Amino acid sequence: MNLALRDIRHNLGRFLLTCLGLGLLLGVALAMVGIYRGVVEEALSLARALRADLWVVEAGTRGPFAEASRIPGDVREAVARLPGVLAAGAVTFQTVEARHAGGPGEAEPWTEEALRERAGEAGRQRIGAVLRLQVVGHEPDRPGGPPEILEGRGIGRGRLEMVVDRGAGLRPGAIVEMANIRYRVVGLTHRTVSTGGDPLAWITLRDAQELQFRLAPPAARRAQQGGGGALPQDTVNAVIARVSPHARAEDIAAGIRRWKHFAALTAAEQETVLTRSVVERARRQLGMFTGVLLLVSAVIVALIVYTMTMDKLREIATLKLIGAPDRSIVALIMQQALLLGGTGFAGGTALLLSVKDAFPRRVLLGPEEILGFGLVVFVICLAASLLGVRYALRIEPAQALGG
Amino acid sequence: MSDALVELRGIAKGFGEGEARVQALSDITLSVAAGEVVGLRGPSGSGKSTLLNLVACILEPDAGLLRLAGETVWEGRWRRTDLRAFRRERIGFIFQFHNLLPFLDATDNVALAQTLNGVPLKAARQRARALLDYLQVGKRAAAMPAKLSGGEAQRVAIARALANHPRIILADEPTAALDSERAGVVMDLLRQVAREQAAAVLVVTHDEKIFSRFDRLVSLRDGRIEAESRPEKHELDVI
Repeated sequence: MNLALRDIRHNLGRFLLTCLGLGLLLGVALAMVGIYRGVVEEALSLARALRADLWVVEAGTRGPFAEASRIPGDVREAVARLPGVLAAGAVTFQTVEARHAGGPGEAEPWTEEALRERAGEAGRQRIGAVLRLQVVGHEPDRPGGPPEILEGRGIGRGRLEMVVDRGAGLRPGAIVEMANIRYRVVGLTHRTVSTGGDPLAWITLRDAQELQFRLAPPAARRAQQGGGGALPQDTVNAVIARVSPHARAEDIAAGIRRWKHFAALTAAEQETVLTRSVVERARRQLGMFTGVLLLVSAVIVALIVYTMTMDKLREIATLKLIGAPDRSIVALIMQQALLLGGTGFAGGTALLLSVKDAFPRRVLLGPEEILGFGLVVFVICLAASLLGVRYALRIEPAQALGG
Repeated sequence: MSDALVELRGIAKGFGEGEARVQALSDITLSVAAGEVVGLRGPSGSGKSTLLNLVACILEPDAGLLRLAGETVWEGRWRRTDLRAFRRERIGFIFQFHNLLPFLDATDNVALAQTLNGVPLKAARQRARALLDYLQVGKRAAAMPAKLSGGEAQRVAIARALANHPRIILADEPTAALDSERAGVVMDLLRQVAREQAAAVLVVTHDEKIFSRFDRLVSLRDGRIEAESRPEKHELDVI
């Protein structure tokens, strides 16, 4: 006869309400685990999207994500000629506040003609809503381009085209304006974001260099009058390379480090930089908050179990008096704590899985995270029930006697 | 060696230390034979509950000899180590407020006592139903305690006390929450059980209306047995 289940069935409404409250709390804690994993995954998604085995950056930096890095674009050719390197490509990275038209909810994306028509006699005017993008400049057909295209096509030889992450809410044909230059979206990728969670947008290297290094006309005039002239246009943030399976990226990186003015990182080193440096604070912040939430959950489960045990004082005293062994009483309390935690965990997980895609940033919850969290909840419930068990074992059988 | 099922010889029990020490029981010698129903009366603080707790093996005596169901349980120290198992096998309890588990129906409240003793659930439920029929509450076998009247709940509690064929039944104010008529019925049941099951029944009570139902009435005062009497048998006065 399972006393725990019978007691729960007798007070089912109260038990379910308690589970609902605990489920919401565990759902929040699990969401923090998912957000934590999402931040780490997003931090790595940019580096992984480019599928680079090797990163060549400015000497003395760990760029281009951890700090600024500028190197001449022709380094690409030197890297490409290295033994063991299959292909190399120059890339630039820039966070841009763009404006767009053709977002979700509109029947058709705006075309340039439609925009011109809409602007009418006023001529060119700023369009649409503000959108933060991490713009990747790359050389078409060389490493650095977008990964799998989900919809539309990749960037051809033509300029002013853009492939963007679906998270930006744009569709092929949409117009995006950056630094007064308009680009047309030609393709969409999926789950490619920057370390800050901004959607990635790929444009050609030439477009990106113009966007990043070109001075505005008044500034360029002033620079020319001062005798400085404009900055050289062929500057990139990094050169990435794919390495033959028969060569070791570490060895090639060691060779490049001997060059003057350049540093090199392998893919593994780049990922370490991203997780240990770029998102370290966010990671620690989320990790600590998750820890605090788990601690709060443990305290709440302990208090609930303790209160449930206190409510059963006379019943437990009676059980002891009629000869129930301690293991029956301990089982009653522990089983209830585990059922409470298990039901709350299942409810919280189901709720979170149904709403996680509505979060603005990625909430990454795979079977590994869910099972791991379930195990933590199991341990918390067992530990929290000890308070109730301790109380129950101290109840005297004599408390069943008298009024 | 006597054939009493409850036997106390020179039992003493005190609480506290030094000047704060209170002697709850002194030199108590009492025995209850099989089939006998003994009432324990006395004013508050006279030691009734302490005596009941000692017989229930919840409290440890300071001195004397305690023999229960033919076994020396305490003499200078506990002679039985597993007292909870001893209670489960040999003693049945009836409480003032029935103390049925609210989340089990009448049948399972009775069956539980047996399953704790290792009886399979099916057999335990069978005996539980038989006991409930015997105590004339068989029709309420599936009812939860909250749905039972005071008298019905106390009968179920008696069935639970009898579930493991105990040799000793201890009752703590079993009629306190009942009206006179139901109190009389419960006492008659206890007498019937004592005779038919050859059990020794020790009842703590304040209820003067049921004094006549006891084979013997032991009066306690200041932790000592003040008097023992054999009440004249008469029908319960219904108020």
